[in-house]
Amino acid sequence: MSRFLKVAAVASAAVLALTACGGGDDSSSSGSSGGSTVSDADVTAALEKGGTLTVWAWEPTLKDVVTKFQEKYPNVKVDLVNAGTGDKQYTALQNAIAAGKGVPDVGQIEYYALPQFAIGKALTDLKSYGAESLKADFNPGPWNSVNSGGGVYGLPMDSGPMALYYNKEVFDKYKIEVPKTWTEYLEAARKLHKADPKAYITNDTGDAGLTTSLIWQAGGKPYTVDGTNVTINFTDAGSQEFVKVWQALISEKLLAPVSSWSDGWFQGIGNGSIATVATGAWMPANFVTSAPAGSGKWRAAELPQWTAGANASAENGGSALSVMDKGANKELAYGFLKFANDGDGVQIRVDGGAFPATSKTLADPAWLADEFEYFGGQKANEIFAKSAQQVVTGWSYLPFQVYSNSVFNDTAGKAYVSNTTLADGLKAWQDQSAKYGNEQGFTVK
Amino acid sequence: MTTTTSPVRSSSRTGKPVTLSSKKRRKGSVLLTVLTAVMALYSLFPLAWLVINSTKTQDGLFSSFGLWFDDGKFALFSNIADTFTYNDGIYLRWLGNTAIYVLVGAGGATFLALLAGYGLAKFNFVGKKAVFAIVIGAVAVPPTALAVPTFLMFSKMGLTNTPWAVIIPSLISPFGLYLMWTFAAQAVPTEMLEAARVDGAGEFRTLFKLSVPLLMPGIITTLLFTMVATMNNYFLPLIMLKNPDWYPLTVGLNSWNAQAATAGGEAVFNLVITGSLITVVLLLAAFLSLQRYWQSGLAAGSVKE
Amino acid sequence: MAVPQVAAPPPATRRVRRSYQGWKFVGPFMIVFALVFLAPIVYAIYLSLYRNRLIGGNAFVGLDNYTQALQDAQFWSGVGRVGLFLVVQVPIMLFLALLVALALDSGRLYGKSFFRVSIFLPYAVPAVVAALMWGFIYGSQFGLVGSINDALGISLPDPLKPSLILASIGNITTWQFVGYNMLIFYSALQVVPKSLYESAAIDGAGQVRIIRSIKLPAIRGALVIATIFSIIGSFQLFNEPAILRNLAPNAITTFFTPNYYAYSLTFSGQQINYSAAIAVVMAVITMIVAYVVQLRGTKDL
Repeated sequence: MSRFLKVAAVASAAVLALTACGGGDDSSSSGSSGGSTVSDADVTAALEKGGTLTVWAWEPTLKDVVTKFQEKYPNVKVDLVNAGTGDKQYTALQNAIAAGKGVPDVGQIEYYALPQFAIGKALTDLKSYGAESLKADFNPGPWNSVNSGGGVYGLPMDSGPMALYYNKEVFDKYKIEVPKTWTEYLEAARKLHKADPKAYITNDTGDAGLTTSLIWQAGGKPYTVDGTNVTINFTDAGSQEFVKVWQALISEKLLAPVSSWSDGWFQGIGNGSIATVATGAWMPANFVTSAPAGSGKWRAAELPQWTAGANASAENGGSALSVMDKGANKELAYGFLKFANDGDGVQIRVDGGAFPATSKTLADPAWLADEFEYFGGQKANEIFAKSAQQVVTGWSYLPFQVYSNSVFNDTAGKAYVSNTTLADGLKAWQDQSAKYGNEQGFTVK
Repeated sequence: MTTTTSPVRSSSRTGKPVTLSSKKRRKGSVLLTVLTAVMALYSLFPLAWLVINSTKTQDGLFSSFGLWFDDGKFALFSNIADTFTYNDGIYLRWLGNTAIYVLVGAGGATFLALLAGYGLAKFNFVGKKAVFAIVIGAVAVPPTALAVPTFLMFSKMGLTNTPWAVIIPSLISPFGLYLMWTFAAQAVPTEMLEAARVDGAGEFRTLFKLSVPLLMPGIITTLLFTMVATMNNYFLPLIMLKNPDWYPLTVGLNSWNAQAATAGGEAVFNLVITGSLITVVLLLAAFLSLQRYWQSGLAAGSVKE
Repeated sequence: MAVPQVAAPPPATRRVRRSYQGWKFVGPFMIVFALVFLAPIVYAIYLSLYRNRLIGGNAFVGLDNYTQALQDAQFWSGVGRVGLFLVVQVPIMLFLALLVALALDSGRLYGKSFFRVSIFLPYAVPAVVAALMWGFIYGSQFGLVGSINDALGISLPDPLKPSLILASIGNITTWQFVGYNMLIFYSALQVVPKSLYESAAIDGAGQVRIIRSIKLPAIRGALVIATIFSIIGSFQLFNEPAILRNLAPNAITTFFTPNYYAYSLTFSGQQINYSAAIAVVMAVITMIVAYVVQLRGTKDL
């Protein structure tokens, strides 16, 4: 530091003062971490006593949850801030953590990003709050996702057991059967595109989340994580299954070159030129609000299988609420987590169209009997609940998955727009991720 | 040096050319006009898309041809109404924020550039060369790369998530400084300043009473450019502000554009488009009204001289 | 119209006053400037000498980040890309801007003020909005390009494919900034004494001749400054690739331009230190290029 100050002395006095505080200490805001356990009574006391909570989340149904929470605990004031979606919010979180200021009490974090924040010591291990006792309340998939390195780093908020959504009108028109396997899916893709060159079985411009989810479903385990020892390997059997089918879809130009979530995507979903979407169970709400033109035409089905007759599923998306390590009032924050994700909040969010992570809801007959207007009155929750039970166990993400996903299109994405094969693309993705991991102090093989 | 700023004078020095030039003005060239019209068409057709599509509903956007109106439904007015009422009318709030950022940011930037440009043009002082070198050098540093260091610094100072985090960086316009500098060097006669000094007037008094009227065209121009720059400011507010209540229009509109991409999020592309159109129209109005002001400023400036 | 006759660097007055008087005027600007430009730069240099890792924390690494940057193929591919952009797009844009400015200045245009405003208009469109519009137009499936293909039964190349994406981005920046540069040139032309070329016209000089030997030399200062700002702008290319990336994720890599690379390093990879080093290297390159252009531009004056 002092050497630096000498260098900086050439600059003006204002510069000096600023940089000094830029590199300075940030000990003031760090709270007590770990150690003593916190009982339920402590949490209840904190809720009664009240205070202010800052929650960073983009999930729209939380707004109602906050309203009800404040009604129940009038002394608590919740400041719900939409600090961006997904990686935008993570950036904001990392910045706040780096600056040591403005860190919220509670943050929404997707499952794929959770290990990264956990290993960066940004999140509070909720074990000392007795979170482990809540294990039975949640589905195994999401529960597994909030467990990282022996700690519990959040409570699952929603989950994304996968399903295949398809446009029944288009399928009926061209007399295409709903595919039971991914091989049949490939056949359906060929048949559809031949019958109508403007129509595609689905869109894909290279999506790290979809790729990892489908490999997950195929039983692949490209990532193993043991503390800071990490392996990445996209040549295992599960990954190869995925590569085989997807390479054919790419090579035969059967995928619409439209990025998910773009206006063109919603347009395609509405007008039938994109015939299926394989994604998480949280999707119906998006269909309704963003592609109303497709209402009544679409249906949900079980995800096609990699092996005929198998019953395998995977998760796509889903997020937890976590208590930030630098938050000021952790007991209160944990109280909010329990209310929102395990207590009254669950039903409020389900009513708002969210897909829950709680096992109780998934077994609720009333919920299962819900008829989806968008799906022509289909009881789609039955399919989603079944998918949730069938999620393949043993999957884990990298402790630097946020970075890794960000370079997916630089590497594997080449397969979608050039002669590079998907296998080579995944290899490049693997290498780039491994390089980063090693630079960051992990031991990656 | 000052003669070049007064085209009216110099052309009236000789009688003939004036008549020649006015004759020439009347004789337009069709070819030249057509070529320029092609350029104008290129500039305007994406904006035509904006206007046409602001008349469509969310559904109509997807189901109709982009460069023509949706049959039957003319939703411009309902779109405008929705834009102003969606999310408890936050668009209006963003509009107000933008107005504040532009007013304080661009106004402040112009004021600082006026002072500094004038100082550089009309005074010799120790370190003047260094000032020039430092300013030009600093302009070359990519601002996005400075964003994180700036963010960390501002965060330590408790400025993030406040309007100041957007306003303070907008106060510096190197291009504005350059404009004011060249303008002051040419439009303000040094002899006039000398005379004022002999009369015992203070330097600041001289600036505001005597020089500012001469500098008006330059001031308005600088204001115009800094206004557009502040209005376009996207990246800095994006990382500095977390609370949507402080967003400027650009960040707000993009957050509407992005919100479809979340579980349960609602696509409101029609409001994004209509909101954009309103933004562009307001900027255009500001530009045109300033332009009128500027023209009178120029006239005043050249007469005084 | 609005910009005075520009020349770089501006002429200085010879009158010497008390030697610190000027700081009263320059001071406020420099204080804010130090806060928002110099301090972050110094801080960036400081950051670039360290490396913060997810595992193992922060450590002083000297010039390691710079050594890495100099050998980083991704970084240099981005530099090459903006270099190409600079050599192709900047001349096209400035040439178009100059043509329009000369046409406006010739006084032989019908509807002059309409053209002046409409060509300047794109400059006032925020980048987010511009990207939305062009993103729609470029869509080869559902966008305007797709509609045109359908309507005419042709197949235009996809503007978002990797081999065309740079040209497509060039088109957007050209669209946005022709008007801005046009305004700078036009203003400079406005203050050229009309008597100069009107007497030349009497002497029988043609329009081309007048432009070449009177108008262009007279606005050389404006040309140089517009070129320098365009060069700096090219090197800092960021908004358009960042926003179009949603539509063309495979064509626009995270290291597409050096500036975008610095952004990705910081925001996706948390490599703040390395990103700072990239920014410093890029600043040095930009300064050298801008300086050379300025030197060449003013030497011939």
